Amino acid sequence: MNVNIKSNGTYAVALLSGEIDHHNAKEIREKLDKFIISNQPRELAIDFRDISFMDSSGIGLIMGRYKLISQCGGRLIVKNPREYIKRVLKISGIERLVRIINDRI
Amino acid sequence: MEIINEVKFTMPSLSINESVARAVVSSFLIQADPSVEELSEIRTVVSEAVTNAIVHGYRNISGNIEMTVKLLKNREIYIKIKDKGCGIENIEQAMEPLFTTAPEEERSGLGFSVMQSFTDSLKVKSKSESGTTVVMRKKLKNNE
Repeated sequence: MNVNIKSNGTYAVALLSGEIDHHNAKEIREKLDKFIISNQPRELAIDFRDISFMDSSGIGLIMGRYKLISQCGGRLIVKNPREYIKRVLKISGIERLVRIINDRI
Repeated sequence: MEIINEVKFTMPSLSINESVARAVVSSFLIQADPSVEELSEIRTVVSEAVTNAIVHGYRNISGNIEMTVKLLKNREIYIKIKDKGCGIENIEQAMEPLFTTAPEEERSGLGFSVMQSFTDSLKVKSKSESGTTVVMRKKLKNNE
């Protein structure tokens, strides 16, 4: 599992790679929270292009980061989930809170 | 139920075994040649059921989780995940979307909703202090 965050101070992108389940969600959560708290970005996009698997632990992960960044006055975006991950996201109804976009060419 | 092939294995309730269970079911299903989508769905429901056993069934204790996967006639997949943990007091409530007993761990309460969405049938049997058994069935499409 890898978390690679790039930021220009205002906007940030966290590129995740690997699989998201209950076992490794904690590690991702800690890295993202540390970044959000110390950098307070206006917008954080979590890029799922290299996530090959995600169960409902990923929903908890997104919801938790949504709450934290909202408290800090920022906005969360989910980018490039593959089709089946979109279906997991849809079950949660999270798209009502978090914008889901696709900018892969 | 006419069984073509089956695998049964037992694992301790360690969270690393969530990915081990997914790997086992993936390997077993190669013989049925499922679509990428079907394989993803089955891997997801196995992950949800095993995670439930670890996080909820064996919340403050450790124990074994037993997984059985069967390939049945007419391309039907049968999956059973069984634990001998604390059990679920109120199954109806546990199956309600967003209901969770572990919000502090950011559990979304959507495990059973995902299992229902990605399979054709889901049955949950549970007895307090005796454990929980989840049985899911899913028919694969013909891949001709």
